[in-house]
Amino acid sequence: MMRDLYDHMKTRYRLGDLTEQRANLAFVDVAQDELRALLVELRDVHGFTHLVLLTAVDWIEEGRFQLTYMVNNRTANLTLGLRVYLDRKSPVGNTIHDLWPTAATYQRELREMFGISFPGSPRVDEEFILEGWTDMPPYRRDFDTLAYSQQTYAERGGRETHDPRDHMQKKLYPEGRP
Amino acid sequence: MTFEWIQIAYAALTLFIVINYGLIMTAVVRKIGARVGGRYGIPVWQNYIDLVKNFALRSKISHGVMFYLGPVFRLTGGIGLLLFVPTIYGSVMFQNFSFAGDLILALYFIFFGTLGMALGAGESGHPLAAIGVSRGLAQVTAAELPLALAVFAISLQYQTLNITEIVAAQQGSIFNWTLFTNPVATVAAMFAFVGTMMRSPFDVVIAPQEIPIGPPTEYHSAYLALMQTNRVLFPVAKVVIYMNLFFGGATNWAEFSIKVFSIYMVSVLIGVVHPRFRVEQSIRFFLKWGLPVGVLAILMV
Amino acid sequence: MKDVDKSFRKDTETEIPLREELQPRTVTAPDGQKIEIDPLQDYFCQEPPKVHKQSYLKIVEDFYNWARANSLWILGFGTGCGAIEMRPLMTPRFDAYRYGIQWRPTPRQANLLVISGYLSVKTLKRAIRAYEQMPSPKYVMGLGSCTINGGMYWDSYNTIKKLDEYLPVDLYIAGCMPRPEALLAGFMELKKKIRKGEGEGANKYAENFDWYKANQKSVIKDWDMPDYNW
Repeated sequence: MMRDLYDHMKTRYRLGDLTEQRANLAFVDVAQDELRALLVELRDVHGFTHLVLLTAVDWIEEGRFQLTYMVNNRTANLTLGLRVYLDRKSPVGNTIHDLWPTAATYQRELREMFGISFPGSPRVDEEFILEGWTDMPPYRRDFDTLAYSQQTYAERGGRETHDPRDHMQKKLYPEGRP
Repeated sequence: MTFEWIQIAYAALTLFIVINYGLIMTAVVRKIGARVGGRYGIPVWQNYIDLVKNFALRSKISHGVMFYLGPVFRLTGGIGLLLFVPTIYGSVMFQNFSFAGDLILALYFIFFGTLGMALGAGESGHPLAAIGVSRGLAQVTAAELPLALAVFAISLQYQTLNITEIVAAQQGSIFNWTLFTNPVATVAAMFAFVGTMMRSPFDVVIAPQEIPIGPPTEYHSAYLALMQTNRVLFPVAKVVIYMNLFFGGATNWAEFSIKVFSIYMVSVLIGVVHPRFRVEQSIRFFLKWGLPVGVLAILMV
Repeated sequence: MKDVDKSFRKDTETEIPLREELQPRTVTAPDGQKIEIDPLQDYFCQEPPKVHKQSYLKIVEDFYNWARANSLWILGFGTGCGAIEMRPLMTPRFDAYRYGIQWRPTPRQANLLVISGYLSVKTLKRAIRAYEQMPSPKYVMGLGSCTINGGMYWDSYNTIKKLDEYLPVDLYIAGCMPRPEALLAGFMELKKKIRKGEGEGANKYAENFDWYKANQKSVIKDWDMPDYNW
């Protein structure tokens, strides 16, 4: 089913390999300039009417962000994830708030948490969850949340952390590892 | 009716008894509600502790003169209502300041507290208070209509506007009560009764979950204590009027407490089984059901 | 702490501009008169809180404290997951009403602010406003390990870790989350403190007002309200 759709679309779009997680869940890489046309066709022709989520992954080693658009066909119970890669230095995504109004909220969140801008999306530059945030977007992987928290918030002494692995090793083998 | 100075002391005594009765009765009603729900419930003296606590709070914030006067007006409405109505029929001590036209004055006093509260809550400047007050005025106005009609009906029936004379006409047998001589007027008045008792289904005015308790949102410490006093006094005073007009009045305190409690429980029982109306629903309800019954009551007399 | 990261430095330079409607401005009235408006100065009361003295007679103060202890009105303001543990207290199984504990919907009528769980910076701002609007004497209870030392949010970029830096806490209840029974025990403990006359958090707050404000402003960067919300 999903494979048929992929083969059908493959003739007209530049698609990456199809990753089939389950029979009804698959992911595919998409070129950024074809994303919109693909989403419109999936929505209007192939019945993927529901935008499940729009989220981002920070691939800091490869210097790029991955946007995942997950769309769902409710009648056929199919979920398809479209992956788009953006340059990490100047990440600019294509807004799809006119296809799915809910996308505007996702895009505001991505703007605030990852610093990915979506020109044209409504209210995208306003504060979403954080109030008065001055630092770099906190979901980027080069933002050190522990260091930030230690430099910002007062702490109470006496806190101990136990790494479960070390703790069990000490408990089971008090004289060191056999 | 002649005036004597001792009447002031008698009236103060009436007030004292009624406030204490109201404090305990509302706590008992809450306790009954808790027991029905399987809870232990508040102690019966909880209302006294709350009062003392609210008077004992240290910081008070004022929003202007009218903010002070709001609870005062409200309490005046309650006290005035009580003082110009004979609490115990035939008793010199608890006759209070009733006079020939006191029924009209009582009708006015029922509304007086709400108006005072509207001014005070408006001065507090809280938007939710303004919402609550506008709802309250609209709903009380609609709910008072059947009562006014019922009062016309029984004043026509007894040919007087004096509450004492109305009570006197109902003495003798239980079948002399207006409840039996003019049941339609009683029903019309009971519409107004449940509508103005600030209990479900007509408590959207204070709706705690929706507009944090409406008009009294900004009131605290001693202001709130005054309003609490009124909240126990005013329902009892209102029940006294209904008792005098429709349920034969009371000739002693024991009869008084039983009758007041039973009439009060009418609104409680209706409250616990009905969900809350929205304002436009309740106004429509009063105009559709309360008003025709009131008109019918006048026509039948 | 041993695992401090030296390489990451947080941004301390950037200032958040004041919200537009709060900036000082000049308004021209219809008759041509120019009016200077500074909303934060003109619209709000600037007075700092006062330390309230106790009653002159000890017996009166004791009586008041007894009444305060037996009529605790909680502000219905849940800040974290702990709010879910307060709801069972109204049910037949726990029934906090029998101890004179009630929930009030507005801070003006409440005496006890229960910080029920983790407090993000955004919520801290609201909690401070709610606390300052409550009439004195007022009490604060910290619920759960999040308010004590951060709990499981110890490395979060957006939650505070030590509540008593920002508000005068009378009592902590440990646990993650504390069960309703623990809450009831906490209320009983708070009652004992109030009866002994130790529930003076509001005065403590007024005495150390500058210290509390400095702490609060160090984490809330877009401070857009008066220093004390009357």
